[in-house]
Amino acid sequence: MKPTDIGTPDYFHKVVDCQWACPAHTPVPEYIRLIAQGRYADAYMINWTSNVFPGILGRTCDRPCEPACRRGRVEENQGEKPEPVAICRLKRVAADYKGDVKSRLPRPAAKKNGKRVACVGGGPASLTVARDLAPLGYHVTIFEADQRAGGMIRTQIPKFRLPESVIDEEVGYVLDLDVDFRPNHRVESLKELLGHGYDAVFVGSGAPRGRDLDVPGREEAAKHIHVGIEWLASVSFGHITKVGRRVIVLGGGNTAMDCCRSARRLGGEDVKVIVRSGYEEMKASPWEKEDAVHEGIPILNFLVPKAFVHEQGRLTGMTFEKVQAVYDDKGRRSLVPTGEPEQHFECDEVLVAVGQENAFPWIERDTGVEFDKWGMPVLDPKTLQSTLPSVFFGGDAALGPKNIIWAVAHGHDAAISIDRFCRGEDVAVRPPALMNLVSQKMGIHEWIYDNQIVPDARNRVPLKELTIALKDIRQEVELGFDPELAWKEAQRCLNCDVQTVFVPKLCIECDACVDICPMDCITFTADGEEAEVRARLNAPARNPAQDLYVGAGLKTGRIMAKDEDVCLHCGMCAERCPTGAWDMQKSFIEMTHAGPGCREGAAPRKAA
Amino acid sequence: MTYLAKPKLHHPDLPANALGFTRRDYEGTISTLCAGCGHDSISAAIIQACWELAIQPHRVAKLSGIGCSSKTPTYFLDKSHGFNSVHGRMPSVLTGANLANRDLIYLGVSGDGDSASIGLGQFAHSMRRGVNMTYIVENNGVYGLTKGQFSATADRGSKSKRGAVNTDEGIDLAILALQLGATFVARSFSGDKEQLVPLIKGALTHPGAAFIDVVSPCVAFNNHEGSTRSYDYVRNHNEAVNRLDVITVHREITAEYPPGSVQEVRQHDGSLLRLRKLSEDYDSSSRISAMSYVQSRYAHGEIVTGLLYVEPGAGDLHESLGTVDRPLNELGEKELCPGSAALAKFNASLR
Repeated sequence: MKPTDIGTPDYFHKVVDCQWACPAHTPVPEYIRLIAQGRYADAYMINWTSNVFPGILGRTCDRPCEPACRRGRVEENQGEKPEPVAICRLKRVAADYKGDVKSRLPRPAAKKNGKRVACVGGGPASLTVARDLAPLGYHVTIFEADQRAGGMIRTQIPKFRLPESVIDEEVGYVLDLDVDFRPNHRVESLKELLGHGYDAVFVGSGAPRGRDLDVPGREEAAKHIHVGIEWLASVSFGHITKVGRRVIVLGGGNTAMDCCRSARRLGGEDVKVIVRSGYEEMKASPWEKEDAVHEGIPILNFLVPKAFVHEQGRLTGMTFEKVQAVYDDKGRRSLVPTGEPEQHFECDEVLVAVGQENAFPWIERDTGVEFDKWGMPVLDPKTLQSTLPSVFFGGDAALGPKNIIWAVAHGHDAAISIDRFCRGEDVAVRPPALMNLVSQKMGIHEWIYDNQIVPDARNRVPLKELTIALKDIRQEVELGFDPELAWKEAQRCLNCDVQTVFVPKLCIECDACVDICPMDCITFTADGEEAEVRARLNAPARNPAQDLYVGAGLKTGRIMAKDEDVCLHCGMCAERCPTGAWDMQKSFIEMTHAGPGCREGAAPRKAA
Repeated sequence: MTYLAKPKLHHPDLPANALGFTRRDYEGTISTLCAGCGHDSISAAIIQACWELAIQPHRVAKLSGIGCSSKTPTYFLDKSHGFNSVHGRMPSVLTGANLANRDLIYLGVSGDGDSASIGLGQFAHSMRRGVNMTYIVENNGVYGLTKGQFSATADRGSKSKRGAVNTDEGIDLAILALQLGATFVARSFSGDKEQLVPLIKGALTHPGAAFIDVVSPCVAFNNHEGSTRSYDYVRNHNEAVNRLDVITVHREITAEYPPGSVQEVRQHDGSLLRLRKLSEDYDSSSRISAMSYVQSRYAHGEIVTGLLYVEPGAGDLHESLGTVDRPLNELGEKELCPGSAALAKFNASLR
């Protein structure tokens, strides 16, 4: 096998599963250590740099980092249910206890650079573009159809999950960078916008259209049937303050979960979610389903809506067809009626949350921005540049509905593209990430990081008592970790960014590392083809998504093969190594954002 | 050494043996020996061997004397019986324990100082009496705890870390064991678990005195140029004469070898020792040729490793003494004190 080149920036980045999985590549273990040390403001700033909205994301993120977390894999087959570190809710701790960070934020540019950028939509993608570009001297104008900035963060996420004050604060940090914010200004024509001579236009207008359900009775009972995201926005703005006693929510995504939980708080006593698919296949995140169930909302599955039942325009219920999942030999699923009689559920109101769609009625089809057959803009997925070079897309508007953290990642990418574009540089050239490796050795058996592995199971976030929480839709239901609980949860982090670095020429092949490794990760063995080597390691490496770290040049001619999959990063190999062939080195990886570092002729970035 | 305990978490796919234990269940507390010590690899090999044999940990008694090697029983089998005896006196204490309870599996762990210097007489008598035990000497050629003086097994002409040359003849404990009548004699290297683990399994299942001399480099004081116990020296001068497979009663024999290349020894408990020859002219069934081969290779600077000698149908001390099958410590007053009539009869027989 080829010896591993640890100089490749992605090699160690991939080992930090959480950071690799995060669309914005937030240095997760770094901020978790800071939280454990009580350095909340420092932890917040690491987050703010990477993902712009730590307080918001710490409550609402889709957390792709958590399913990726190594902790979930190393706990398998032992103890309680294996669970990742509560990364998302630790982020909230940093936001809750950071104190005043204003002095650490960038100042508005002292001098403008003369370039003007228009952002369409005031959601997370546009705000990220503004955050990255405004301090560089760009004149950024954000056009927002609503009164206040935030986009779906403000309109679609219920206040019991995300208090208004948190949105105001973090959106404010961006707007305070001398961003030209135009509220109540819906852009009706791209052509007209382009006519104002902006150097670049960023489209972050989201996926604003909720899908409807066209079954018999929809029109007749329209008064009591609402499209989920529109209903949530009305609730958010206070236009809707109550709901019928019996509510059916259709759909299995996170919007459906927000709808049903909101309905519970607006007077819905008998609220149920009804989905076509099975419970497991629902699109909603597992924790959002759990939260709904916790609030006494049953989720009924394998029911396909057939009709709205009504009496003279008054909705009385809905009928459903029972289906079952059938898989063909390619593993594709189809829902086949079971033949059972249709089921009828009584209700007073129905919320339809069966998906969202993009809509670009305001973009004329002859501007040079091309659309594909699904009505989505044709983009380079890396640069997010459209077929009209000065127009860039991001967030849900770019590649279809995703989530806030993807919108942030798009914002960063688009900002880099815009920065290079405005300077006449090739936008396809992307800046490398900063990578810094520093030994953590402090003494013979002391490391700068806390290498003790705790056996604790995941800590639950304390909740407000249900009877109180359900009374007020603006009452935040999660209390968040307190510092003590946060410290406990932070201890579960394995510090995957503290890497095991192996120097073959120092190794005397004494086997000390092999003997001590609690996870049997390390093997000294004859060289071979990767698939075959993986099968004959001390513990066979069965997870092809995780690399083998290979060291060659040993005296016996064997190779050192370390399976990165379930390494605890406990440093025992390095502690037991008599020659220092193993060392624990922290790999700090930080993405390069728009600015001098992303431009032609930039000096390689160095970590402080 | 480390300050922290080894994390309890283990590999998700770690297999369990017939008793449902994983290898980690046979571990002890974390080693306090120097990093890189060969002794830790031997502990790991003992753990592996006991796990593979699915030995019930509470049926093992591990005994040791004094020294780096004799500290190691703390680092494996923490659910077993343990005894740290006086320096060099492990064989006597073990013999006594074995006489009292013949049902346990006895594992004596010692070092070159403990067995070749202060305890040489003890070593010799346990071997010649045929005590049913596994006697492992962790042989590094130096007194590690007192900073690296030559031990009695150090080769004549080898150099200490400070450059002093050893002028005394080294004791070869494997040759002594052969001469003294041990019925299972092996030599191995801490850095070769593939060879060492089956040898330990063979010794543990052997029904008589089993001796294994394990060359175990001392990283702190005997791993330099001029040493004959360094990792490099042993790797370059290791002549393995055979490879052992231990086939327990419950395991099916699957591997096939060409005739003549394999020697099989059936032991009392039904287990089968299967030896694959690596050296054409080596015969591990002859005590005399084993001694002559080992010594002739030694004269050429080679260290012969492998199963040097095994005696099929070996017996032990209990057999020689004609003790009852039931462990003596289980005998009650009725068996031990048959009454005055029996005493009178016995006395009469002596008149």
